[in-house]
Amino acid sequence: MSSGTDKDVEVKDTAEEHSTNSENTKPDSMSKDEAKKFYEEKGLDLSPDVPVKPKPIPAFEKSLADKVSSKFGDKISVDYVRADRIRVTAKRENIVDVAKFIRDELKYDHAESVSGVDYPDSSEIEVIYHLGSYTDEKLGRQIFALATRVPREDVPNPGSDSTRTPSLRDVFYSVEFHERECFEMFGVYFEGHPDMRRLLLPEDWADIPPFRKDFKIKGR
Amino acid sequence: MTTQLPPGMHIETVDEKIMTLNVGPQHPGSGHMRLIIKVDGDYIVSCDPDPGYVHRGEEKMAEYRNYIQNIPHLERPVIHDSSNILYPYCLGVEELLGIEVPERAKYIRVIAAELNRCIYILYWLAIYGIFLGHSTMFMWPAGDRELFIDLLEAMSGARVTHAYLVPGGVRNDLPSNFEERCLRQVAYFEKRLREYEAIFYQNPLLKARTEGSGILSRTDAIRLGTTGSVLRASGVDFDVRKKEPYDVYENLDFQTIVMKEGDSYARSRIPYLEMFESCRIIKDALKKMPKSGSVRTKLKPNPKGGNDEVYRRVESGRGAIGYYIVSNNRPEPYRVKISVGSFRNLICMPYLLKGEKLGNMPAVYWGLNYWPVEADR
Repeated sequence: MSSGTDKDVEVKDTAEEHSTNSENTKPDSMSKDEAKKFYEEKGLDLSPDVPVKPKPIPAFEKSLADKVSSKFGDKISVDYVRADRIRVTAKRENIVDVAKFIRDELKYDHAESVSGVDYPDSSEIEVIYHLGSYTDEKLGRQIFALATRVPREDVPNPGSDSTRTPSLRDVFYSVEFHERECFEMFGVYFEGHPDMRRLLLPEDWADIPPFRKDFKIKGR
Repeated sequence: MTTQLPPGMHIETVDEKIMTLNVGPQHPGSGHMRLIIKVDGDYIVSCDPDPGYVHRGEEKMAEYRNYIQNIPHLERPVIHDSSNILYPYCLGVEELLGIEVPERAKYIRVIAAELNRCIYILYWLAIYGIFLGHSTMFMWPAGDRELFIDLLEAMSGARVTHAYLVPGGVRNDLPSNFEERCLRQVAYFEKRLREYEAIFYQNPLLKARTEGSGILSRTDAIRLGTTGSVLRASGVDFDVRKKEPYDVYENLDFQTIVMKEGDSYARSRIPYLEMFESCRIIKDALKKMPKSGSVRTKLKPNPKGGNDEVYRRVESGRGAIGYYIVSNNRPEPYRVKISVGSFRNLICMPYLLKGEKLGNMPAVYWGLNYWPVEADR
């Protein structure tokens, strides 16, 4: 971006150029004073992004995350612990064990959502379960995000390729329809799911899973 | 003959005694979705819900628009409850961008959300009434809905799709005579609500059809991960407004309605009783609201979210709505996942309909407070 030649701009798609607004965005290499001058010249009332102060780690959430990490050690990684939110990434071989531990020891009892996130750059798809609890009063505010990563294939063949992970349906019954949605939208096959059919998409959908990044909306 | 079928497709064996019925997607009794129901005589043997007829890919669309452009289309899944479906999006974007919301805007947002909740519940109640053959219960709520639509029109300028809540506050301030007008209409509405009780909820015909039908036990309600009125009708005291209060809900005076029966009657009664609580919240918020001040923190053009993610939820008319937003230093979100109450409650449909009489299907189905358009997103 710092070179900013006219050639680069010409090649760019118009929608892309509009959305990034590259003219009004300062190059990352600028110092603070230069950036201030840059904005003044453009006539924009913009200040450079203020660095976010690190927030203190809440004790209760920390204790929950510690329970998981002391049990599983290197098999999992705690991504963040914030107020009311914990996120843990597990390898797909361990995800059933981790989920069982979360259900039995930490008393989370249902899934709020199961999302897929496509990362074509690292050839991975992330499956993330947001778990909550109805039975434990203390966990009313909490959401436990349990994530795992599965390999992604450039030419997907949902159900028959390596994009698969064990289903959590036997641990959290409520993931049943969420996992079916994730299967059709991202092509992630959940092994052991009793009813891995399409849910929202039509039966004769013949394109790639539509929520993957390489499925583009027409005209965009 | 063996045929290689694509994954997800199967061939069904036919039993002579069992008949398969397709309820929907055009049939008004099922909304815009299909229920594949198998009946043995008059009794339902199994039910396979088939949603997706109104899937519009809101989550995919959100990846192509920046945080402000996303506002009007994200309210489309449920236009009758548009403030509540935008609420968690606004909370999430505010957390991502680190925006502080002015105090007065927080109260206005709560008022808009509660007015919208009443609009949604009245719309649902009208449909619930007409499908149980009670045409008065269609006319009354459909008419009383106008009270709140008028109020929200005065606030936002639009009758149905308000797009009133924005990251940073609300789009514009209240009109000058709003407080007095709102109190007058809410007082009238509370009087009207009491009349509903006598004509509908104490009606022996309604009770005969709904009491004891489609019972969902407390254990099952938790295991299936249901939410909203379905969950509270089965005796679980969970409301996001109480458990994880957002904006100013913790300062306001209201209570959660919980019933133990878990049948269709309890599920239909809880939203009705919640409208009284909504009226209480509106009156309390008008009293405690700062009388002047800013209502919106302006965002800078094309704000970027940093490398972060956020999960925020609120309580809507149909249960908890959660937004999972992933951002990657771009003006557009990298991924938006909307977890809606209707989709989460869909899973209990096969359980509740099994063993019911076919004629009782609408009573159970609409009692779930299910909105097909929202479930499909």
